[in-house]
Amino acid sequence: MKCQYACGSTEHVTNRRRFVSGIASSAAGLGLGGLLTGNPAIAEQLKGKQKRILNVFLHGGVSQLESWDPKPGTDTGGPFRAIPTSVPGVHISELLPYTAKQMHHLAIVRSLDTKNNDHARGEVEMTTGHKQIPGTDYPHLGAIAAKMLTPQRFPLPGHILIRGAGSGSGKAAYLGPKYASVVMNDGKPPQFTERPASLSVESDLRRNQLRARFNDRFAGRRRTADTDAYTFSYDQAQDLLSQRQVFELERESEVDRERYGKSEFGQHCLMARRLLEHGVPFVQVNHSNYDTHHENFDFHIEQLGEFDKPFAMLVEDLNQRGLLEDTLICVMSEFGRTPQINARYGRDHWGKSWSVVLGGCGIQRGAVIGSTSDNGTEVVDRVVDHGHIVHTILQAVGIDSTGEFNIAGRKYPVADPAKGSIGELLA
Amino acid sequence: MIASHSAQSATIEPEKTHVVLEHAFPRPLTACFWEPKNRYIFVGSEDLGISRFHLESKEIVAMVGPHESWVRAIASTPDGQVTFSGGYDGRLVWWPTDAEKPEPIRVVDAHQGWIRALAVSPDGRRVATCGNDLAVKIWDVESGELIQTHSGHQWHVYNVSFSPLGEWLVSCDLRGFIKVWPADGKVADHASPQVATDQPATADTVKLISRDLPQVESLYKYDTTFRAHIGGARCMAFSKDGSRLAVGGVTNVTNAFAGIGNFAVALVNVADGIVVVQFGPKEKVNGTAWGIAQHNQGFWTGLGGGSGGGWLYFWRDDIAEEFFKLKLKSDGRGMASSPDEIRIAVAHADRNLRIYALHSAPA
Repeated sequence: MKCQYACGSTEHVTNRRRFVSGIASSAAGLGLGGLLTGNPAIAEQLKGKQKRILNVFLHGGVSQLESWDPKPGTDTGGPFRAIPTSVPGVHISELLPYTAKQMHHLAIVRSLDTKNNDHARGEVEMTTGHKQIPGTDYPHLGAIAAKMLTPQRFPLPGHILIRGAGSGSGKAAYLGPKYASVVMNDGKPPQFTERPASLSVESDLRRNQLRARFNDRFAGRRRTADTDAYTFSYDQAQDLLSQRQVFELERESEVDRERYGKSEFGQHCLMARRLLEHGVPFVQVNHSNYDTHHENFDFHIEQLGEFDKPFAMLVEDLNQRGLLEDTLICVMSEFGRTPQINARYGRDHWGKSWSVVLGGCGIQRGAVIGSTSDNGTEVVDRVVDHGHIVHTILQAVGIDSTGEFNIAGRKYPVADPAKGSIGELLA
Repeated sequence: MIASHSAQSATIEPEKTHVVLEHAFPRPLTACFWEPKNRYIFVGSEDLGISRFHLESKEIVAMVGPHESWVRAIASTPDGQVTFSGGYDGRLVWWPTDAEKPEPIRVVDAHQGWIRALAVSPDGRRVATCGNDLAVKIWDVESGELIQTHSGHQWHVYNVSFSPLGEWLVSCDLRGFIKVWPADGKVADHASPQVATDQPATADTVKLISRDLPQVESLYKYDTTFRAHIGGARCMAFSKDGSRLAVGGVTNVTNAFAGIGNFAVALVNVADGIVVVQFGPKEKVNGTAWGIAQHNQGFWTGLGGGSGGGWLYFWRDDIAEEFFKLKLKSDGRGMASSPDEIRIAVAHADRNLRIYALHSAPA
């Protein structure tokens, strides 16, 4: 594909800058290893400048009745009690005692009606804000954040997905592959970020300098979007090599590792904190699994038991470190679960009345938006859907969600033009 | 409602099992217990508290107040005077069994998290509870005092049962680990062998010590796809002679979250923990074993419920496959035998309590 430079889009201006600066940083090679560190001074620099997003995705569809919108004592309520939170008058499920103490930093949207009960569609719609249309791809929130929030000369990926073993990633669609998620499978550093032992630092440096010279010569005569993307990949890989320590959880104190717990999700939350402290614009942590058609209550004890403490710890730490003002937190799923309890003590897929949690970055602390009927079977106040959630997230981090991307002369809306933000949540 | 009929002199014929009564409750049922004096059946449901169903009048009395959650653990003392309910709120409640308007005698916050099961000792002096706080506790029925807390399980404790002569209390957890405790709560240590005596064995000098049985591995699985544990003793009962322990649950799980697995009951030799036989359906049926009991004629009756529907199964002579099975109208979630062992009560997911007679229907 030939690049249409005449379009003059920001996309290519940025790309050119990165292209040039990438070589420079490559030349500097591993000497830039200390550019970003986990020290408080860097966190202080980040504070008040760069916005970030933390998306916690509870795969399979967490039950709103066992989490954010409990209905104890009703025919749909299940066996769990509701407990008070740090926000007077607001109760959540007893399965979330640690999170309950952090609710004054968060807000609950209890009125989602996403009209969907399909996993794949739910994941796409919740993370893009667009209704899924066959044959059309929209960029994941993380790709939008990476494109719009990543500082220039930022040496780390702008869009990182931390997950347990499994497939799937955040697509960039028309924004281009460089904004797609870099995946930390099982929380491990991205692949190929370690220099092979057989390659010395000096040899690596010389090799990259040679590659950069060839690239420069080639770009001077036959530059294309493909070669730019190729070069970007090399540059990003070089940057990642130099920042390898960012992905090394063992650099966190043993005290913190204990605080977050030894569960996979606990360690992933600590990694998320580390990445956010290093300024990564978008971090998604997946937690699996909540698709509890069978024995919903036993499995929610187990899964939310894993989720609760580390998540609460992360919220508290971000707040204490001054990062919550600039970090948008979201806890979402593909959908919720049926109020009706099936014969196997399970709950099935339910997109008609469920909840999402938001916080930080100016989101009204302690707010509860919308409500459901007494037994949770329908939204009775302030119906919203995935489109409203994504508009709200983007606007909270300063992105004009009503704007458009200009990609090679073609315009794409940033978020669903038919929807808007939940204004009362934004300070 | 299907009318019941007297069957005091009926010949037990499991193959002739049929429904003799069905009674609908306001909400789906989760558990049932047949009171020893044959007056009531107590049921738990997807509601707060329990209900008392009078077998003759069919009157239902709600026993609510102390519980803030579902109740799935119910039992009475052998004399029928006191009935206990153990809730998912961790509360253990003493009730007067036959009071016209039952009010709690005593309420104890017994466990952190769910009480999953309770059992009353054969002499009626102790009640044992277990739950999600990994503890097994023994309470004095008369005073309500906590006699002993047994710790050692590393996973949610799913069931407890007293041996028929009352010398042992057995508990089983999510992963199928079985522990045998002295029923009087007086633990000497955690080493084997089963009984240690350094003096002539009398009632006062026998010194019982706890021991572990091997894990019943077939009743547990970690589902790597959904990253969750499934298993546990969903039902448990001693054989009449106390030599064997039947532990029921789910096996061959291929999809924990969809309930794809077969119900199974492992018959464990209490002396050495060896699984003598694992009862299951001849034709594999998805579900979980929610009830198990040995009849005084020797055969075992098991209740299955799950995505394969509700079933009563009958096994005998240590043969793994059933000699008879009965498809039920709805998933069964709890089972209890009548004191005379002629009938079986099943708590169904479709809100009905059904009573099945183990003999032929009248002509």
